[in-house]
Amino acid sequence: MASLAAPEDRPGAPSGHRPLNALSLQDASVRLGGRPILTAVNLEVSQGEFIAVLGPNGAGKSTLMRAILGLVPLAAGSVRVLGRPPVQARPLIGYLPQRHGFDRAVRIRGLDLVRLGLDGTRWGVPLAITPSARTRRRAERQRIADMIALVGAESYAHRPVGELSGGEQQRLLIAQALVRRPRILILDEPLDGLDLPNQTSVAALLRRIASSEEVSVLLVAHDVNPLLEYLDRVIYLASGRALTGPVQAVITAPTLSELYGAQIEVLKTGDGRLVVVGAPEAPHHHGTRHPEP
Amino acid sequence: MINPSFSPDLLYDLRQLFSFPFMVNALEAGTIVAVLAAVVGWYMVLRRQAFAGHTLAVMSFPGATGAALAGLPGVLGYYLACVGAALAMRGSRRGTGSRVTETATIGTVQAVGLAAGFLFLSLNQNVLGGPETLLFGTFLGVTQGQVLSLLGVALAAVIGLAVASRPLLLASVDPELAEARGVAVSWLDLGFLLLLGLAVAATSQITGALLVFALLVAPPATAQLITLRPWLGMALSVVFGLVIVWLGLAAAYFSPYPVGFFITTFAFALYVLVAVWRWVRS
Repeated sequence: MASLAAPEDRPGAPSGHRPLNALSLQDASVRLGGRPILTAVNLEVSQGEFIAVLGPNGAGKSTLMRAILGLVPLAAGSVRVLGRPPVQARPLIGYLPQRHGFDRAVRIRGLDLVRLGLDGTRWGVPLAITPSARTRRRAERQRIADMIALVGAESYAHRPVGELSGGEQQRLLIAQALVRRPRILILDEPLDGLDLPNQTSVAALLRRIASSEEVSVLLVAHDVNPLLEYLDRVIYLASGRALTGPVQAVITAPTLSELYGAQIEVLKTGDGRLVVVGAPEAPHHHGTRHPEP
Repeated sequence: MINPSFSPDLLYDLRQLFSFPFMVNALEAGTIVAVLAAVVGWYMVLRRQAFAGHTLAVMSFPGATGAALAGLPGVLGYYLACVGAALAMRGSRRGTGSRVTETATIGTVQAVGLAAGFLFLSLNQNVLGGPETLLFGTFLGVTQGQVLSLLGVALAAVIGLAVASRPLLLASVDPELAEARGVAVSWLDLGFLLLLGLAVAATSQITGALLVFALLVAPPATAQLITLRPWLGMALSVVFGLVIVWLGLAAAYFSPYPVGFFITTFAFALYVLVAVWRWVRS
């Protein structure tokens, strides 16, 4: 069975000089409308880790993300983001909700979208009159340009977002989230609707960002295969319970069979892709979007 | 005003324009309205809420006729009807999933509004100076008091829009993302509809209910053909609005035709000009 966190990661144990965990869930349970959605989920994520959140539709992937964001209350247990309660840690989390691309008619540049990541929630008029405001404005411009370069969007950042491809839009959205220097980046099905080469290159980009920016990346996905060579670990959710560990340890016939409580087979294709067979609902099916509870 | 005539001496023409208080009032009101409509319209075009805007414009018809029937000032009727319709339309939420219901709700509000206006009109045909003024606007009757009330409304609306400019931009471009970042998207949606109602009511006093769109859509749409930058686009939109209104008022002064016709024609001409220029360049 895949192990959860190393014992010394547990709060209560003296943390000493060790860096604070980005994320820590202790027996976190969520009930919605009286129905248990998540039951006693334990999770420790360190800084700079790249983790995929997998599982069938309705397993509670989006609910888990919303609990980390402090958008749904816990029925039991605790969630700590950089040692703080989720609501206090909100500015430290970059979150990209599940979405359907931009309408073609959206007449705004990618650059403006990234800038909105920085100042989209600020009130008032963006006038830079005083010298210190000018300096800050210059720093912001530099930050925006840096993030656009980081995701490799320089060549299309000046075009209207509505006219860009899904992969290009996704890169700009990632830049938009990173521009605020979050410590954790949560993406809900960002690979959905992208073609395979784009899925792989966005996964590679997120791997690079996790390491270079020391951002912990949690990515909700249908299919683990485009992510395989980039991930540190996976969280596999089924029937409200969660398993955490390296891909090879979690996505195996015995562990998944126990998690689902049903006979599951994991097949490995010649090129190393994993196929989960026998799950009550196939985790890699692509298709209808689902409002998860 | 006895036989205003256009002469090649532009300075003389200008002096003529400014020599009458009613014309000065009209120019002041037109200037205020042009700025307000251009800024609010820029967001309306970005949010693709033109149908909502059009419905609000039509609401000034029942507003004015209803006010006349109730013995209230017409301007008050304009504002009440537009704000009321904005609230009624708010019953449907903006968003990817609810577009169909939204359109249906707006259409229903529009039909009810027009029916009510028609009823009010037939109940007191004599009180109003005929429906033409209401539908196509006039600049002859603008009083100093009206200019002041326009200025008050416009200032409040523009300041409100300036304060919320960036959250509203985010909520307009990507409501889901805005919501996830803690922006009160549904309040901004409501606030913007109310602002749109105010802007429409103010504009229709000059252009008439049917031609509000000339000032609400054409300047921002033209600006968005030229630039994608939000703040530059808004500024260009204001410049276009001012040019259209000033030219329209001057042309109406020197001719027997209504001001709404000129404003609409100039707005359309400017849009076509820019669209052709863009097409030729690419």
